[in-house]
Amino acid sequence: MKFMAFASKQADWTRYLFFTGKGGVGKTSLSCATALRLAESGRRVLLVSTDPASNLDEVLGIALSNSPTAIPGMSGLEALNIDPEEAAHAYRERVIGPVRGILPEAALRSMEEGLSGSCTVEIAAFDEFAGLIGDPGMGEIYDHIVFDTAPTGHTLRLMSLAKAWEHFLNENNTSGASCLGPLAGLEKQRGIYEKAVETLADENLTTLLLVSRPQTASLREAERTSRELRELGVGNQMLVINGVFQATSPEDVLASALQRRGEESLERASGFLGLLPVFTVALKPQNILGIGGVRSMFEERTAGPDGNGGAPSIWPGGRCFGGLEDLVDDLSASKRGVIMTMGKGGVGKTTTAAAIAVALAERGHAVHLSTTDPAAHVAEALGGALPGLTVGRIDPLAETEGYRQHVLSTAGAAMDGASRALLEEDLRSPCTEEIAVFRAFAREVARGAEQFVVLDTAPTGHTLLLLDATESYQRELNRQARSTQPEEVLRLLERLRDPEFTRILLVTLPEATPVHEAAALQEDLRRARIEPFGWIINQSLFESGSGDPLLRQREEAERRYLREVADHLANRVALIRWQIDEPVGVPALLALSSQTGAALTFH
Amino acid sequence: MCCATGVCGLDVDSDLANFSGLLDRLRVGGIAVERHGLGRQPMAFVQNPKVKALLETEGAEALPLVFWDGEVVLKGRYPDHAERERWIEAAGIAS
Repeated sequence: MKFMAFASKQADWTRYLFFTGKGGVGKTSLSCATALRLAESGRRVLLVSTDPASNLDEVLGIALSNSPTAIPGMSGLEALNIDPEEAAHAYRERVIGPVRGILPEAALRSMEEGLSGSCTVEIAAFDEFAGLIGDPGMGEIYDHIVFDTAPTGHTLRLMSLAKAWEHFLNENNTSGASCLGPLAGLEKQRGIYEKAVETLADENLTTLLLVSRPQTASLREAERTSRELRELGVGNQMLVINGVFQATSPEDVLASALQRRGEESLERASGFLGLLPVFTVALKPQNILGIGGVRSMFEERTAGPDGNGGAPSIWPGGRCFGGLEDLVDDLSASKRGVIMTMGKGGVGKTTTAAAIAVALAERGHAVHLSTTDPAAHVAEALGGALPGLTVGRIDPLAETEGYRQHVLSTAGAAMDGASRALLEEDLRSPCTEEIAVFRAFAREVARGAEQFVVLDTAPTGHTLLLLDATESYQRELNRQARSTQPEEVLRLLERLRDPEFTRILLVTLPEATPVHEAAALQEDLRRARIEPFGWIINQSLFESGSGDPLLRQREEAERRYLREVADHLANRVALIRWQIDEPVGVPALLALSSQTGAALTFH
Repeated sequence: MCCATGVCGLDVDSDLANFSGLLDRLRVGGIAVERHGLGRQPMAFVQNPKVKALLETEGAEALPLVFWDGEVVLKGRYPDHAERERWIEAAGIAS
């Protein structure tokens, strides 16, 4: 199949551009490169990240905030991050600020706590997002607004919230007592929400750019997202396949296998690819960083015939990495507990979690494999069954419905008709999902008291919000004398902090952005008094033996990150060598988890 | 907590939800009802001298506060079933 290069696409862009896709597919690089190109052609462009763990700062090489910052040396381009915690903080200040110094300290504290739940955080961030697309004034300031969105699950939620809140407000505007708490101050924005829904559905205004790697899992996720967003009314879509690789010499086994894998994955997805315009971007020799790097994104061939491969650099003293097998041996010794894989999208959290689960089950343990990521498909990664291994997932829809039924049959049972109707109305609020998912998370963690629970988490941003919610619920619990909360919720934070109970594995690729995102996550975890157990560096080309110039450049480029993780970041490291085939199915996962580190010692 | 019935908090307090229902019934029955949330209309707490004084002496523990014809009738908790029935009766609304 032959597709047009993304760089040669006509620049007839709509006002709003959304780059979305699985983690690690290159959303940030592509949205930066597109924004830069538009700015260079004289347009006024705003680049916005909606990812709570945004990497725009690192890619652009400048510190951003939640208000537009001009990018030095690039006239016409401004950028901002929508940081949910910061948005919530700003919202709290708007409410509390006017009465500070007037109301007693205790009352202020109580207000602050009331406005610290995940519900407020989500609404405040959504409100900023909706403002950017729903406020007609923005059109006078910018010709284009380019969105670099968080990995799929979070983005679908954000885009569906516009409809959900609009619907909720329209259906329930009679009693005036419904769950509008944090929204009460925002209700004047209702017109803006309506406009946002309209804008997303208008093909003359909005383009959705689905970004994918030439890999089956990534293409499947793009297809699912495409369908779900179409159902939400976002119809103007195109697909960008990023990282297309052409082997330089057909004799190089690794390089030609990589090229073949890419081509086969596109063949398999041909049904989906026929549905929308498709463009390609070539694989780059290294991570895209800085304005110069962003510009090179659209250059078609970046490795010269010899690359800059040359002699591999030698690390003074040498380092020794363990393999996944060594790590599994250590984990296996504890016989039970929770193991969580965390990190940037696309680094292989799901695959790694599945490989660890399979290896533990193979060693005779009872293991439950699950995920907090609404977009993850652990069952797909596992691709089969193994005795002792059960598979689950936290399904937001099912959890929300279960929670509704639970509340109505407990608290709701003692209510008169009118109160029950009010309760049902509040339970239809989009907020309910946050609580339901949180309780499900506590329940999955609690299973670790009896057996192994391997939890694949959503990409960083989403996971951070879940941890923040855990801490704020804990504070609320501490203030209550009595609680009817289940034991699993009461003990959640204590369990996450117990190094004998919960072992967190930070998964990364040997590249700048995923390493730095994992390092920031490690700091956030430590602030919450949770110490990560170790790091896993996935997809290392180290000693791959390939002679392909581009692959050798990549191998060379990854060394400094292997070293950074080993020397400065990790308590312990396991290294997983680069896989041409996506490890799907029990045998492939077992092979992955029996990689040892011995061959990777070097001097 | 952000909603009137408390479903978005940790525990769904049935007294709280029933209280919301009670206010609705009073309203429908023609009684003038005002409800202020600290997180929503903090100025209402500042502007009422009795509320402000209670917050200063007793802190947030004094909440919720229920006034009836300008006098405090309940402090620090929501009305229970018997109290709700009494108020409905006092308001002259058939239950």
